[in-house]
Amino acid sequence: MTSATFPASEPKPSWTRYFSFNTDAKVIGIQYIVLSFFYFLIGGLLAMIIRGELITPAADLVDRTVYNGIYTMHGTIMLFLFIFPVLNGLNNLLIPTMIGAPDMAFPRLNAVAFWLVPIFGTLLIASFFVPGGPAYSGWWSYPPVSIQNPLGHLVSGQGLWLTAVALSGVSSIMGAVNFVTTIIRMRAPGMSWFRMPVFCWTALAAQSLQLIGLPALTGGAAMLLFDLVAGTSFYRPEGGGDPVLYQHFFWFYSHPAVYVIILPVFGVFSELFPVYSRKPLFGYVYVALASFIIVGLGLVVWVHHMFPSGVAQWMRNLFMVTTMLIAVPTGVKVFAWLGTLWRGKLRLTTPMLFCLGGLFNFVFAGITGIMLATVPVDIHVSNTYFVVGHFHYVIYGAAVMGVFAAVYHWFPKFTGRMPYEGLGKLHVLLTFVGANLNFLPMHPLGLMGMPRRVSSYDPEFAFWNVLASLGAFLLGVSIIPFLLNMVSSWVRGPKATHNPWNAIGLEWLLPSPPPEDNFGEHVPIVISRPYGYGTDQPLVENQEAIEHQLILKEASA
Amino acid sequence: MTTSLPASPGHGHTGESHQNHTLTGFIIFLCSESVIFLAFFSGFALLKTSALNWLPPGVEGLEWRMPLINTVVLVSSSGTIWLAEILKARGQLWGFRSLWLLTMALGAYFLYGQAVEWSGLSFGLTSGVFGGTFYLLTGFHGLHVATGVLLMGLMLVKSFIPGNYLKGEEGVQATSLFWHFVDVIWIILFVLIYVWQRH
Repeated sequence: MTSATFPASEPKPSWTRYFSFNTDAKVIGIQYIVLSFFYFLIGGLLAMIIRGELITPAADLVDRTVYNGIYTMHGTIMLFLFIFPVLNGLNNLLIPTMIGAPDMAFPRLNAVAFWLVPIFGTLLIASFFVPGGPAYSGWWSYPPVSIQNPLGHLVSGQGLWLTAVALSGVSSIMGAVNFVTTIIRMRAPGMSWFRMPVFCWTALAAQSLQLIGLPALTGGAAMLLFDLVAGTSFYRPEGGGDPVLYQHFFWFYSHPAVYVIILPVFGVFSELFPVYSRKPLFGYVYVALASFIIVGLGLVVWVHHMFPSGVAQWMRNLFMVTTMLIAVPTGVKVFAWLGTLWRGKLRLTTPMLFCLGGLFNFVFAGITGIMLATVPVDIHVSNTYFVVGHFHYVIYGAAVMGVFAAVYHWFPKFTGRMPYEGLGKLHVLLTFVGANLNFLPMHPLGLMGMPRRVSSYDPEFAFWNVLASLGAFLLGVSIIPFLLNMVSSWVRGPKATHNPWNAIGLEWLLPSPPPEDNFGEHVPIVISRPYGYGTDQPLVENQEAIEHQLILKEASA
Repeated sequence: MTTSLPASPGHGHTGESHQNHTLTGFIIFLCSESVIFLAFFSGFALLKTSALNWLPPGVEGLEWRMPLINTVVLVSSSGTIWLAEILKARGQLWGFRSLWLLTMALGAYFLYGQAVEWSGLSFGLTSGVFGGTFYLLTGFHGLHVATGVLLMGLMLVKSFIPGNYLKGEEGVQATSLFWHFVDVIWIILFVLIYVWQRH
């Protein structure tokens, strides 16, 4: 199996490389994704306990203090150990292959950034076993609750939480420097900014947000750690400090963090809708640029999380307006996707169904988002289940479904095997029904006034809570076909060709799985915009010859 | 297909273009790093303007003469590192090394001055927000100065490795950039903490 384009393939690399300090972005990408799904199972188990507790009005399943620890850890694990790492996994797999780079700009830094994840993950999980249990102040860790250390030990759940979050920040900054440098400097010849796939645009936007926002959280968290262990009083009013200052630091990052999560998912939607509707992406330039408008606006909306915390009225008004404005670039994207689907030849494959479901959920979350942006509504439903329902629609309904779409879509590229469609469609169905059954009832609950973070509630809330819990258990079940599918198809699924979905993009001009240095010295020259579906315009020079080589190689294998 | 497609310039195959990524990556990192200082500075300003009693009991304010000397030292070290780079560009390796060493010495003197100032103060880290912010800002900045001196030491050692300066000099450029960054941060910090004393 030799060819002029690709030298004789080396002996099949050992699976043990996935457990080593490997600098190949494709190995690191899979490491990130597999590890993050391990944490996803832990975070999901905690969610099952939460919903198990809430299926009855009385606090009967776990102790109240334990319950506080469980919802804190559920949120922290899902954000810092699942969604950020899984997206970094996609970045690692997709950015170099989509822009035709042999690897990331700083491969060793990339590996260090990855290996920090299991380290701070272990720290965070270990906090379940320290005296006093894990952090219990909610994932946002507001003082004064988060600067209490009743047992007086130096090692407390809260201290471990802060250390883990700080390490997560270091890892994410390393990743962000790497992704941004790679996108800026290592694109294939001919790939100007406006020939770059939208996933890379959104990754660039999201990672820029990490670079700007994350240091503020790290600084704020360092001050919190000093308050907790060194006796300073940055956030202690009795020493002249201000607890609201922490809220500013926290949300200055943690609101943009939502865009760090959702922007790459917008990228996935923008990649997949054209493939499965066989049409170019509608309004490519506007979709690409809207990402950066979201970055700019996303940095000046954070006070909407603090409307009830005594900020000045002019700030409330200002941040209400900026928050509403962000619906404009987001709406541009949604209409562009609808324009792409319009009169397209839809192929309802598993990834496409995940995208459609994710888009539906995202629009719903966007509508409740606008409701929450308005100060009077926000103050009314602040700290109720309405907010919980809203952000679970964003994070699970849209972002996690987008991640699943990406996993199914690019699975054949990076494993060389096809995932099973039947199991995949079962997974879509269970996820979509489960997510809506779980999170929709939270909205009436919130409007009725049920507060979040409680383990017992008035019996009048029971009906919607039972529904939500059933939905949660359905989501728990939905993971089974996913795991079965991933494991069995990776081991013995049908072999994938280089381009099983008939997609356009540099990554689909590589063998499946791609060799270690991707295109090596033979990077194709990009001659047109991405998404030329139905236009018969080749993406790169000598495209037919490149594809012919790949087909010959597959036939001889 | 032909196998002679040219790789793009700066595509990462040659050592030289890879080195260029180092400087790009480092500039991106510095932009990000500046946000931590921005967070600390804005936190300081917010806490100071909203405090009822800014100074802890028994503290009159901060002595500014020694920090001013330190400021002069640090600003002039930005000048010496700039000269060092010029000499290096002209190929005067020994001139570069001696000015580089002088910059390191000025940095070390700054740290010494900072330590002397700290040891003579009548308040500590836990003396209210005043003490906390003072030690946080000067300490975090001092950590950067120490990092800069270490980086310069590393570059100095590297300059004795034969052939090292024929290929790339991005390490020196990055270190120099970092040093100017540390300098600018200090000027802002000096104005905030020592000049703006009235409450």
